[in-house]
Amino acid sequence: MIVSRSSSNPPSYPPLSRKIVNYVMLSLTGLCTLLVVSVLLTILVYLLWNGVHALNLNFFTKLPAPVGQSGGGVSNAIIGTLKLLALASSIGVPIGLLGGIYLSEFAGGWSAFTVRYTTDLLNGVPSVVMGIFVYTLVVLPMHHFSTLAGGIALGIMMIPIALRSTEDFLRAVPRSLREGGLALGASKSETIFTIVIPAAIYGIITGIMLDVARVAGETAPLLFTAFGNQFDSSGWLQPTSSLPVVIYNYAISPYDEWHQQAWAAGFVLLSGLLVVSIVARVILARGKKLSHG
Amino acid sequence: MKTLMKPFDLSQLSKAHEVRFAGSEGMEEQLPWPQFTVADLNFFYGRQQALKNINLIVPNKRVTAFIGPSGCGKTTLLRTFNRMNETVPGTRVEGSIRLGEKDLFSIPATTLRRVVGMVFQKPTPFPKSIFENVAYGLHLEHRLRRSEIADKVERSLRRAALWDEVKDKLNQSANGISGGQQQRLCIARALAVDPEVLLLDEPCSALDPISTAKIEDLLFELKKFCTIIIVTHNMLQAARVADYVGFFLSGELIELNRSKQIFQNPEKQETQDYITGRFG
Repeated sequence: MIVSRSSSNPPSYPPLSRKIVNYVMLSLTGLCTLLVVSVLLTILVYLLWNGVHALNLNFFTKLPAPVGQSGGGVSNAIIGTLKLLALASSIGVPIGLLGGIYLSEFAGGWSAFTVRYTTDLLNGVPSVVMGIFVYTLVVLPMHHFSTLAGGIALGIMMIPIALRSTEDFLRAVPRSLREGGLALGASKSETIFTIVIPAAIYGIITGIMLDVARVAGETAPLLFTAFGNQFDSSGWLQPTSSLPVVIYNYAISPYDEWHQQAWAAGFVLLSGLLVVSIVARVILARGKKLSHG
Repeated sequence: MKTLMKPFDLSQLSKAHEVRFAGSEGMEEQLPWPQFTVADLNFFYGRQQALKNINLIVPNKRVTAFIGPSGCGKTTLLRTFNRMNETVPGTRVEGSIRLGEKDLFSIPATTLRRVVGMVFQKPTPFPKSIFENVAYGLHLEHRLRRSEIADKVERSLRRAALWDEVKDKLNQSANGISGGQQQRLCIARALAVDPEVLLLDEPCSALDPISTAKIEDLLFELKKFCTIIIVTHNMLQAARVADYVGFFLSGELIELNRSKQIFQNPEKQETQDYITGRFG
């Protein structure tokens, strides 16, 4: 459009149509944001509302009470979940981390394609299939369910995200920084381990924390592996209770008290995940601040 | 592919090596011996040829500037001197370069890069403290004692004219200082391992005029113990800091001569056109 400079009536910018489009789009995006936030808030409030009667000290410290008796808690499930996550992390984090470093720094052409493609496929495997897989691999030969089997299932599920997020954060380290290291006579691996990884470390940690938070809520793979337990599980070779499985079992039970405890367990699990992801964001923000002055 | 150095007629190269320099006080200067001797150098990015049959001598302990329009190959040549181009896949180099008397390509890249330091266009401080940035190169090879490292760090920072500004915050993150300080930090980092040569790839293009002036002043000090090659788009800068200037166009070295000669009385029409701003 050519605007004549001599025009005594300069067109008003932006034209009305653009203003309207802008207004509509802004409202739509705002509405979507509101929807997402309110869904989370509703879930939290709803969980709290329904579970608040079961939330007390006993809930965190006592073992489950037999049906018909009041009281009792899910201490074994909380400890079980922490143990499962510790085991899963010790499997998923090293493999994901090293795989991510390989993919970002060393893989080229075919190997990069293969690793990336299989990782994405693995990420797409339904969690229930992962449960059956580990059931065949670990539970059947051992003849019983165990924390070990549950940890392995969650650990395998952690690998793809740990790997890809590590890769992404490493790739985001500018080439100039790598060249800075090489130009001082550092070898490629010296540059990677003393410059590139430290530069990306906050992002990598964040990615891993979010990954842990993601598998913490997985239920299906645990049904076939860690199974569940009304009592404390000692060691790694016995079945163990865990929060997601407790929620599942209590929710499908016919007892009101168990329903309340399921709500409360849901609230505890979600709060835990929220805390982890907030801490992860804080770490990332802190890291960004540190590396940008 | 590396080719053997073949004897070549010196007069076919730039005239740099023939010229006898009168020092600024009229004292006869020693004829600078060649730091780099480049013969029949061709360089390819994939199929694209970036350097065409380059022959030149870079004199020792002088500042040599490479000028020319973007994409003329000056940075490529600079990055060949410390074999940095080899880190880019799909590149190929033909011809010979000598570092002093040695075949450059026979020196392992990591060793070479300690002798031939480099500073990049954008400051690249590592995400470490100021002290650790300068000490980085020292940690790599030598097993030095802490006190020795501290001494070398201080000396390098002084040489880079940065010591007074950072001596009280050596343990703070290198990302917290200004861009100009960061660039001098990168120079200090390169100097810490006592390189023979310092390659500067448009070191001032991201800096304000005051920081630029500081770095230019620095070059006059540094050339006492270093050969300096600087790539720059700023012709005034080349005129200010360089003893020699090489003009590149489309991958070819058009002319290399004393700075004064290039800017006041260039031999080639292309050089004349470029420095007077008729193209590029």
